[in-house]
Amino acid sequence: MEKLTVNKLTKKYGQKVILDNLSFQLAPAKIYGLLGRNGAGKSTLLNLITNRVLSTSGEIKIGSHNINDDDHELGKMYLMSEVDMYTKRTTIKRMMELADEAYEHFDFKNAEQMLTDFKLDQNEIFTNLSTGQRTAAKLVVALNVNADYILLDEPVLGLDANHRELFYKELIKAFQNKPRTFVLSTHLIEEIQQLVEHVIIINDHQIIEDADVESLLKKAYAISGPAKDVDTYTDGLNVLYTETMGSIKTTYVFDGLDEQRVIPDRVKIDHYDLQHLFIYLTNGDEQHD
Amino acid sequence: MQFHFDESSPLYQQIASQLEEMIFTGGFDEGDKVPSTTQLSQQLHINPATVLKGMNQLVDKGLIEKRRGLGMFVMKGAQQKIMEQRKEDFYNDYVKTLLLEAHKLGITKQHLQDLIERGEQDGKINS
Repeated sequence: MEKLTVNKLTKKYGQKVILDNLSFQLAPAKIYGLLGRNGAGKSTLLNLITNRVLSTSGEIKIGSHNINDDDHELGKMYLMSEVDMYTKRTTIKRMMELADEAYEHFDFKNAEQMLTDFKLDQNEIFTNLSTGQRTAAKLVVALNVNADYILLDEPVLGLDANHRELFYKELIKAFQNKPRTFVLSTHLIEEIQQLVEHVIIINDHQIIEDADVESLLKKAYAISGPAKDVDTYTDGLNVLYTETMGSIKTTYVFDGLDEQRVIPDRVKIDHYDLQHLFIYLTNGDEQHD
Repeated sequence: MQFHFDESSPLYQQIASQLEEMIFTGGFDEGDKVPSTTQLSQQLHINPATVLKGMNQLVDKGLIEKRRGLGMFVMKGAQQKIMEQRKEDFYNDYVKTLLLEAHKLGITKQHLQDLIERGEQDGKINS
C-alpha cells in the first residue's frame, strides 16, 4: 500500500469556493476522522478523492500515480457516499455483487454475518429500506469491499445506538483482519474519539488541524478558578473560549503549557475532549459568553 | 473486566494503568493470559494502535510478555514489581509531602509518631 497525497486541491463552483488549497496525506493502514461543520466541504472532498467530482486545481496521487481517470488507482479506493446511487429494485445481494464485480474478492462470508447482525435480509430491496437500514446495508458493502482506502461519508446516519456500537466493532474487526485506511466523516465526534488515530478538521473551506488525536488532546486544557488568577495564568496562551459562573472563570486553552508558569493555588487544570475542542475551534463568530 | 476512561491523561496510559491495576489486584494472576490487543480494541472500540501502545508500556515495565503465537501473559513477579513501585510512589507522594507539611506546621517527629498512633486507634474504632 502506498500513501495517498492531496496537493493544493481547490474546488470552486462558479465563483463559490468550496475547498481552498488543501494539502494533506493519508497513510496506509490507519483510521482517520474527517471533521467539519455542515457545509464545510467534507463530502465534496471525499468525492474529489474518488474522482466522482473533478477538481478546479490541484492533484491527488496514490504513491506517485495521479488518480485522474486512472481506473487502476481508483480501484484502490471505495467511497460509501451519503447519496444513494442504487437504482430501484436493487437488492442488497446485488449491491454486494456489484462491489465484487468492481473490486473483486468481496468478503461475502463476513458480509452475510454482518447482515444477520444488522437484522437485514439480502433479498430486500435497498430503496424500500429505512434510513438506518440503508446505512447498515451500505456499511456491509463498505467494510467487506476489497480496497486500500475506504472512505465513509456519514457512516452512522440514522443508525440507532445498538447498531452504531455494532458498526464500531465491525470497523475495528475489518481493520484488524486486513489493515487498510479508513476515513470516517461524521458529526458524532464523542463516539469516534477513541476509534480514530488521526483527525483532519476542515473549517471555512480550509484544513485547520491535521494531527494525531493524542497530540491534539495534549494541548486541550480547561483552566478554572477565580477570574483574576485564571487570566494571569493564561496570559499569552492560545485561548479558544471562556465561560464564567459567578466569580469562577473557565478558560479553554489550546496550547502547550510552559512548565515555568506558576500555577496559582486556587487554579485547577483539566483536559477537555475532542468534541469540545472541535466546537471551540470551529465556532467562529458564534462565540458569545 | 471493567474499564473506565476520562480526559485526565492520554488514553494509552489509562489502558496501561487499568490493566496494571487488574494484575495487581489478582484479576490477572501471574502466568495468566491477558486479553489481546484485538479483543480489547474490539470490545472497547479503541483504535488498535492506542491499545498496543498501552500494552507496550506494560511490556517495557516487565509486567507482561509476548509469547509467539500464543498471546500476552502476566510475567512471574509482576505483582511484586508493582508493589515495589507503589511503595516507592507512596514514599514520594505521601511521606515526603507529609513531612513537608508537618515541618510547616511545626509538628515534631515525636508528635508525628503520636499522630500515627492516634490514626491507627481511630482506624480500629471505625472498622
